[in-house]
Amino acid sequence: MLTCQAKKTLGTFTIDVAFDSAGGAAALFGPSGSGKTSIINMIAGLLRPDTGRIVLDGDVLFDAAARIDVRPWRRKIGTVFQEDRLFPHLSVKHNLDYGRWMSGLAADAKTFAHAVDLLDIGHLLVRRPGKLSGGERQRVAFGRALLMKPRLLLLDEPLASLDAARKAEILPYLERLRDDSRLPMIYVSHDAGEVARIARHVVRLEDGRVAESGGTEVLPGS
Amino acid sequence: MLNLSPQEWTAVALSLRIAVVSTIVALPFGIAIAYVLARKQFWGKSILDAVVYLPLVLPPVVTGYLLLIVFGRRAPVGAFLDEHFGIVFSFRWTGAALACGIMAFPLMVRAIRLSIEAIDRRLEEAGMTLGANPFWAFASVTLPLMLPGIIAGMMLAFARALGEFGATITFVSNIPGETQTISAAIYTLTQVPGGDAAALHLVVVSVIISFSALFASEWMARRAAARLHGE
Repeated sequence: MLTCQAKKTLGTFTIDVAFDSAGGAAALFGPSGSGKTSIINMIAGLLRPDTGRIVLDGDVLFDAAARIDVRPWRRKIGTVFQEDRLFPHLSVKHNLDYGRWMSGLAADAKTFAHAVDLLDIGHLLVRRPGKLSGGERQRVAFGRALLMKPRLLLLDEPLASLDAARKAEILPYLERLRDDSRLPMIYVSHDAGEVARIARHVVRLEDGRVAESGGTEVLPGS
Repeated sequence: MLNLSPQEWTAVALSLRIAVVSTIVALPFGIAIAYVLARKQFWGKSILDAVVYLPLVLPPVVTGYLLLIVFGRRAPVGAFLDEHFGIVFSFRWTGAALACGIMAFPLMVRAIRLSIEAIDRRLEEAGMTLGANPFWAFASVTLPLMLPGIIAGMMLAFARALGEFGATITFVSNIPGETQTISAAIYTLTQVPGGDAAALHLVVVSVIISFSALFASEWMARRAAARLHGE
């Protein structure tokens, strides 16, 4: 269960949102410039809200009034960015292991093998990110976020940098990830079709505010 | 060609020792200052920037004289270091290493700083969401990606230290076996009648050292780049 209530002014643009996500797959939907990425960054701890309160499963991550601001490396929130942000100097295997190393978790061959299998990246493990295609890189980024054993998965327009054919190729992996991991996730996109496939609960944003929230019926054209 | 006299060998060995020690000792400071200049905003940043680059624009003799004023045996800092830590710079090879390190510092900082500025900061953020605190994000992401710049900076610093003359001779003089580097020895030899042959020996040696250092750093930089870009 995620409760996010945050206000942040960035130049002349103000984000002022409040929404809950009961678990499962939720989506932040809205056009570019509606504040989606900033909200994701606030949940991940990379951007500090001016005021507000962010609570995940009863654990207060941010509370301006109580001066609580849990640092990003302590939040255990897996994030997949629009650009994959894989570490170019590490092999795919080491990219996947990075979160486990940094959190001091023991090696878990079964979980690792399962994630690699789920995302079909077993043949890429010894390669470096520079030698992968865009779709492969994004699949590795999913695996990297999944293998840090997060409490919540944030997916910030993970398909936006891919062409239509690649998107169609990746979407089934995302659905498998959602159904298999059963992790609560927040999926950010400006594409109604994608959101309808991935999410059950939708928060529609406009100009930094929540315009509407509910099931997939709040998506335009449905 | 290379039948050097013991005194010439001493100058070669001393030059190498001074260049290696000054480069290695300067490196952690160089990385720290380069990082601060590349990434942090603070009051007085432009002053720090200017101070770091000062040895590049000052005449080396002036830098040497300033070192004498600050680190000489009776000078405030020099006397303090001597009294409390037993560290003496004046007329010692350590002083030559200090002078070389300071002269080389701007070149080292510049090379490392450029490599930091080329790194996508969002990679560190990604590391942080994966559980890395700022120290580990730096050590596991930024530092390895800086490696080509660090190698280039060390090479420049080493070359500068090897060629240093003005600041060194002003600060620690030209004492055979203690502060007489290849450059100082060549200078001395060209001042005495019949010294030309010996000077030529040292010239050949310094050309060989410089070429070797250049090739070694090129090789290391290529390997580092290959590691980064997935060969």
